[in-house]
Amino acid sequence: MPSGLDPRFTALPLDTLADAALTRAAALGATHADVRIERIRMGSHRLRDEALESSTDATDLGIGVRVIHDGSWGFAAGITLTPDAAATLAEQAVAAARISRPLTSFPVELAPEPVHVGEWVSPFRLDPFEVSDAERVERLVELSRLAAGAGVDHVTATVDLVDEHKLYADLAGSRTLQRRVRVLPVVEVMATNGRYHSMRTTNPPAGRGWEYLLGEGWDLDGEVSQLASWLAEQRAAPCVQPGRYDLVVEPTNLWLTIHESVAHATELDRALGYEAAYAGTSFAKPETLGSLQYGSDVMTVTGDRVAEHGLASCAWDDEGVEAQTFEIIRDGTHVGYQLNRQMAHEQGRDRSNGCAFADSSGHIPLQRMPNVSLQPAASETTVEDLVGRVERGLYVVGDKSWSIDMQRYNFQFTAQRFYAIQDGRLAGQVADAAYQATTTDFWRSMEAVGGPGTYRLMGALDCGKGQPGQSAPVSHGAPAALFRSVNVLNTEAEGAHA
Amino acid sequence: MITDWIEAGLSAATSDECVVIVRDSTEANLRWAINMLTTNGQMHHRSATVVAISRVDGVGHAGVVSGPVAAQDDLVALVGQACTTAQTAPASDDSAPLPAPVVDEDYAEDAVTTSIDVLGSFAEGLGRALAASFSAGTEMFGYAEHHSSTVWVGTSAGARRRAVERWGKVELNAKSSDRIGSAWVGRSTVDFSDIDADVLAAEVTRRLSWCDNRLELPAGRYETILPPSAVADLMILTYWSASGRDAEQGRTVFAGAQPGTTRVGEVLSALPMTLTSGPEALPAPPFAIVEGSVPGLTSVYDNGAPAETVAWLHDGRLAALPYPRAAAAASGVPYAFPSDNLVLDAGSNRSLEDLIRSTKRGLLLTCLWYIREVDISSLLVTGLTRDGVYLIENGEIVGMVNNFRFNESPVDLLRRAVEASASEPTLCREWNDYFTFTSMPALRVPDFNMSTVSKAY
Repeated sequence: MPSGLDPRFTALPLDTLADAALTRAAALGATHADVRIERIRMGSHRLRDEALESSTDATDLGIGVRVIHDGSWGFAAGITLTPDAAATLAEQAVAAARISRPLTSFPVELAPEPVHVGEWVSPFRLDPFEVSDAERVERLVELSRLAAGAGVDHVTATVDLVDEHKLYADLAGSRTLQRRVRVLPVVEVMATNGRYHSMRTTNPPAGRGWEYLLGEGWDLDGEVSQLASWLAEQRAAPCVQPGRYDLVVEPTNLWLTIHESVAHATELDRALGYEAAYAGTSFAKPETLGSLQYGSDVMTVTGDRVAEHGLASCAWDDEGVEAQTFEIIRDGTHVGYQLNRQMAHEQGRDRSNGCAFADSSGHIPLQRMPNVSLQPAASETTVEDLVGRVERGLYVVGDKSWSIDMQRYNFQFTAQRFYAIQDGRLAGQVADAAYQATTTDFWRSMEAVGGPGTYRLMGALDCGKGQPGQSAPVSHGAPAALFRSVNVLNTEAEGAHA
Repeated sequence: MITDWIEAGLSAATSDECVVIVRDSTEANLRWAINMLTTNGQMHHRSATVVAISRVDGVGHAGVVSGPVAAQDDLVALVGQACTTAQTAPASDDSAPLPAPVVDEDYAEDAVTTSIDVLGSFAEGLGRALAASFSAGTEMFGYAEHHSSTVWVGTSAGARRRAVERWGKVELNAKSSDRIGSAWVGRSTVDFSDIDADVLAAEVTRRLSWCDNRLELPAGRYETILPPSAVADLMILTYWSASGRDAEQGRTVFAGAQPGTTRVGEVLSALPMTLTSGPEALPAPPFAIVEGSVPGLTSVYDNGAPAETVAWLHDGRLAALPYPRAAAAASGVPYAFPSDNLVLDAGSNRSLEDLIRSTKRGLLLTCLWYIREVDISSLLVTGLTRDGVYLIENGEIVGMVNNFRFNESPVDLLRRAVEASASEPTLCREWNDYFTFTSMPALRVPDFNMSTVSKAY
C-alpha cells in the first residue's frame, strides 16, 4: 500500500476552511450545511502508431458549500482557499437558497445519518502520478508494438489516470478525508486497407494504480498480443444473418447492459422525475417496487460502495453516509432503489444507502449509482457450460456501441467480437451484429448465469448525468450469462438504402 | 492583473518555448422538475494551462499541465511543472512552430463575469410558467444556465490574445399528468436578454396539446421532417468525425476510395447545402484556444492561430475537413480550425410550418437522444426520438405517436434529404452540454429508418 493521503493535500488548511464555511452557514440560519474541498488530478497520454498525439496533466482544486436554508437548497463554489472566501461561499449559498425559496414546493429534509470521522484510501500499490511521463509513454509504446501484426494498419494506445482527494464536513459533525486512485489503459488496432475494422482491449477501468498497467488485475499483455489475430478473423468473418439468437454474453459486454438497463433504471431520482428533462426517467416506478418482475429468477443485482477496486467504492459518500451494500433486484423482482438523503427521507426510509456523489467541488452531489452488479450462480457453471446449452446463438465479447432510451426500455448494443455458436460450440466470428431488446424482455429471457469463476468487475470512468453535467466512475460486476431468443440486427443492412 | 501573471509565467519558463492560457469562468444555473425548482448554483473557477515546449532538431516535445490559479505563484509553479515535463517528453506528433504573434487591443482588460442575477428576469417568468403548469395539471422540467469565460493566451513568440466566451441555454420540457405526452423547446443565448420564459412556456404548452390525440405506429421507414434541433445533433456528430488526417488514414466516413485520400470534392447532397463554422455567423473566438490536443482535429501547438470561418460543405459538395497545422502541412492542405459553432444553410426560405403544410403523411420529430456510433466507416449511428413524435396528415399535425429507435448515417441523410427549410438558430438536444451555437434548417427525408418502437415516453 502507498503512504495513504497525499501530504500536499492534507497540508491545506482543510479544517480551518471547513469551520469557516460551516460557522458562517450556521450563523445565517442554515439547518444543514456541508463543505467539500476536493483536489482531482487527471492525466492522460494518447499514442497513435507509437507517436505521442496528446498528453495532459490537469488538476482541479476548490471548495463547494451546500446549505439547506428555510427548507431550500443553496450552493456556491470557488477556488480561493482562505477562511474569508469559504465564509463568503456560505453566504452565497444561503443567498441562492433564498432565491430558490419561492419556487420550492415543500421544504427539503434529509434522512438522518450517524456522525462519521475518519480517513480512507482506495487500495492501490503504485501511485500512477509518481511514474514519470517517459515511463508511462514507454509502456504504451511497448503495448503498441505488442499489438502490431499482420493486417494491422494503425495502433492507438491510451491511458487515463485519476487521483482524487476529498474532504467532507457537515454541520452535524461528520468530517472525512478520502483518496481514490483509478486508471484505464486502452489499446486498439485498426485495419483500413479495404473496409474499416477495429479491435480493442476489453479490460475495464480499475480502482488500482500503475500496477494495473503491469498486469496486476488483468492480463493486459496477453489480451493485447491477440488483438491482431482477432482483427484478422473479424475481417474474414461472414456477416450475421439478422434474426433471433440465444446469446451467451461475457461480463466484458454484459456490464454495459447492466449499467444502462439496470443501474440507471433503478436510480430513484430518475424514477421520481428529477432527471426527466435530461437523463430521463425510468420504467421501474416506485409504485411497482416489490412486485415488478424485472428479470428471470436467476437475476439478483446488488448495489454497493465497498467492492475492492470498485470505481464507486469509498468509505463515505458525498453526504457523509457510510458505504453499504444493498439489494436492487432479488430473484428477478425489483426490490430496491439507489438513494441519497433527501430521497430517502421523501420515501420514508430511516437512512440513505449512500449513493450521493459530486464529480468536483464545483458541483452539487447528485444521486449517482454505486457499483451495481449481477450476482453469479452458486454453482461453478462455466462459459463452456453456457455455450454448450445453445444450439444456435452468439457468444458476445467486449463492449462497443451502446444506446438506450430515456425510460431505459429499448436498447441496442454491439460488441468487440460476436462468435457464432452452433450445436454447443463456438464456430468463429461473425460481423456486423447488434443485439436489440426491451429491458424487461431481455432480463426475463436470462436462463442461466455463470458461476463465480466467470465473474469479473468491469465499469466506466465517465458515466454522465445531471445538469450541469457531471461524470462519475462506476464498476459493474457480472458473470457470463445465457439469454434466449434475443433480436439480433445486421448493422450493415440497417444502414443500407436504395 | 491576470496579464501580469502571464508575463511572470512566461519569464519563468525554462523551456525553449512556452504558451500560457488562463481561463476565468463564472457560471450560474437553475434547474427545475415537477413544477418546482430543484437546484441552483453560482460558481467561479480560474485555471491555467501551460504548454512548455522543448525543441530537439526543431521537433517539439511538449509538457502540458493544467491547474487552478488563485494567485501569480500558482501560475509560475504550473510553468515550472510543465517545463520539467517537457524535458523528458517524447516528440509530439502534432509539433509545429508557434503561430505568428498577434496582440489584441483588449488583451489587458479584466474578466467579464456573470452571476445568478442574469437569470433573474427569466426566473420570474419561469415562476409564472410553473404555477400555470401546476394549475393545468401538467408538469414542467428543465434547466437554464449562463457562462462567462474570459481567456487570455500569451506565448513566448509574442502573441497576447484575449477572448470572451459568453453562452447560455434554456431547456423547457412539459409533460402531461400521466407523463406520456411530452414536449420540449430549447434556446441558446449569449446573455439571456433574448430569452422570454412566457414565450417558451406558450410554445411548449402548444406542442404538448398536440399530444392529446395519441396514436401508435410500427417500426419502418417513414417520410420524416427532422427539425433544426435534430439536424444540429446529427451535424455536430458528423463534424466531430471529420478529421482530415483520420480520413486520409481510412478511419472515417470521409475516407477516399484510394488509400491516403479523402472525399473532399465529392457531392454529398443534391440540395445546395453549405456547412460553415467560425466567428462570423455565430459566437466563437477568432483564434484557436486548445487546452488539450484532440488528435487529428486540434493541437496545443496552434494556440493563438487564427480560427477563421471555414466552409466544410459548399453547394452540397464536401469542401474541406478540419486539420491542425502540423497535419495540414504534412498533407499539403490548408489549416482549418473547427470552431465550436456550426451553420447549415440549404438556401431555402421556407419555414418549418411550410414543410408541415406540404406533407401528405409523415412524421415530425422534436429531437434525438442517445445518439451513438455503430459503424464509423459509414458513420451509421443509432439513437432515439424524444419528447414528441407527431403524425402529419394532409398538412396538419393530427397527434403524437410512440417513440422509435433509429439507425441512420447523417452523411447518408444529407444525400437523401429532398427539402430543407430556412436555417435558424437552434439548440441541439443531445450535445448541448458541449455545443451551444448552431443554425440549422429542418430537413425532409423520405425514408427515415425507424428500426424499432421504443416504449419510452
